[in-house]
Amino acid sequence: MPPFDPYITALVIVGLIGGVLGVCGYLTLGERKISAWMQDRVGPNRVGPGGLLQPLADGGKFFLKEEVIPDHVDTWFYLLAPAVAVGTALMALAIVPFGATTPAPNPVPVTADVPGQHPPVVTFERQQTEYREKFNFVLAPGLDIGVLYIFALGSLAVYGVILAGWSANNKYSLLGALRSSAQIISYEIPLGLSVLGVFLIVGSLNPEKIIAWQLTNGWFVLFMPLALLLFMASTYAESSRLPFDLPEAEQELVGGYHTEYSSLKLGLMLLTEYVHLVTASFMVAVLFLGGWSLFGLESFIESPVLGAIVKLLVLTGKMVALCIFAQLVRWTIPRFRFDQLMNLAWKVMIPLALLNFVAVMFVKQFGFYLIVLTGVNVLLFFGAGLLGARTAGTITNPKRKVAKLPPGLPTGVTYAGR
Amino acid sequence: MPIAEADVTWVEETKLDLWEQLYIPALIDGLKTTIGHMFQRKVTEQYPEQEPKMPANYRGVHRLNRDEAGRVRCVACYMCATACPAHCIDIVAAPAPLEWQKDGREKYPETFVIDELRCIYCGMCEEACPVDAIELTTLYDLTGLSREQMIFDKEKLLSVFDTTTKAGTDPVRTRGGRLGPASEAPK
Repeated sequence: MPPFDPYITALVIVGLIGGVLGVCGYLTLGERKISAWMQDRVGPNRVGPGGLLQPLADGGKFFLKEEVIPDHVDTWFYLLAPAVAVGTALMALAIVPFGATTPAPNPVPVTADVPGQHPPVVTFERQQTEYREKFNFVLAPGLDIGVLYIFALGSLAVYGVILAGWSANNKYSLLGALRSSAQIISYEIPLGLSVLGVFLIVGSLNPEKIIAWQLTNGWFVLFMPLALLLFMASTYAESSRLPFDLPEAEQELVGGYHTEYSSLKLGLMLLTEYVHLVTASFMVAVLFLGGWSLFGLESFIESPVLGAIVKLLVLTGKMVALCIFAQLVRWTIPRFRFDQLMNLAWKVMIPLALLNFVAVMFVKQFGFYLIVLTGVNVLLFFGAGLLGARTAGTITNPKRKVAKLPPGLPTGVTYAGR
Repeated sequence: MPIAEADVTWVEETKLDLWEQLYIPALIDGLKTTIGHMFQRKVTEQYPEQEPKMPANYRGVHRLNRDEAGRVRCVACYMCATACPAHCIDIVAAPAPLEWQKDGREKYPETFVIDELRCIYCGMCEEACPVDAIELTTLYDLTGLSREQMIFDKEKLLSVFDTTTKAGTDPVRTRGGRLGPASEAPK
């Protein structure tokens, strides 16, 4: 049993939520700065030194703005939606490791006492007391459903979006919410499928155990680069970031599902996406990039306090780096069209994730070296590209038979004639 | 008119090859461009601290030029007021003082008022002026607390001339101090 102290847990909750919200605030600043730098501009630099207090000003603005609740909304659900969105996003942080962790000891098999060795019960007790002395940088340590809990809450996040879009009684909001829910539901499948292999190899859903496995065997990115790619792409889609930000297409949907929100409720809606991004980045770091380990360098530090701080910094550093990478990607590639988005999920990512999963099963069953998986991943990636290049048609020259030709075709021009 | 069939060119979308189909190389290509831009020199002008240098032909606030003797150069011919598409110039002409008449000046503007809020800064008054008395300066940050403040009279317009010539931002662009043909006394 992991130790539970309500006071320490409350302190950790305050620290973690405060830290994550602070990171989210500075992610908004980072987003604006990065977009500015990419366009050869300076970015916000008026509030505080170099614009460092800009997030505070933005937050204050959300507090002080007039709160408009339109007459035509379904008030009850309208008020519920931001709470659901933010609540589910923050609850997912409960099992996310953000620093040094120790996995709970495995059960000790009960055997007849061997002379010269401790009996199983004593061994078990000793392991447990040893485990209790270690502080885990997780809100809920030793939770065996682990990552499954995050996926469950990720599915719940759709409700915030759907409620917001539905209760607003506004066409644009509803369209945005429908798009968003279709997208989130579709991308949940590759999101889960791509990491199934990780769980199969480690044999546990517990993030602490996954980190511990990677400490001894090497980071999962070495064995499953394709799964990392699929997982990252899916998390971008799940947190509605570019290139998958169709729920908030300003061009055609005004603001998307949060069109009718104002003041702090809008702030919460926007915050939710950043919390999702932070959670997703933590999960990528934990599942694929070795958690708090930094090529074994962190184990050279003798002092336990300093070591814990370094491990905390390593893991949060990985998280921040992944967030920044997401922002770089955001300002680099254009948006997908909706059919491209769905095709990518259903025709590319889900089959690839499934094949990857099957490969993991083979490796596990026949006891191959894990490095085989790397080769299989690379093969799958290039194979999918080759298959796509060979079979895919274009809009003007599709491979499949077109049932309805576009209007106004002159005689002699056959759409997809060749 | 519908487009003739012969004029329509049908273009086929190019097919993606393997490299493009993989998407990741294209993404890395794009990241190279954007990250490269992140470290380039910024083009932002920090406006209130760092004031822009306007080109000499910028059309900002008007001024009324003075001649060598420091008198208003305007001869109250009403050409600018006539040319003005926004009707923002109001002139009341009066016979020039006696010592001015020795230089061939018959009239001078008793009042010369420009409504800077009404003005569209087209510069047609400057083009119309036969004696180069009215000019648009490079002053761009024109503000006021009320509508009345934005109605510039003769003194204000002359003071704009004084400040801009003293600051050296707007040298006088007149033709050597000679008056134009419209200022010549009728024979």
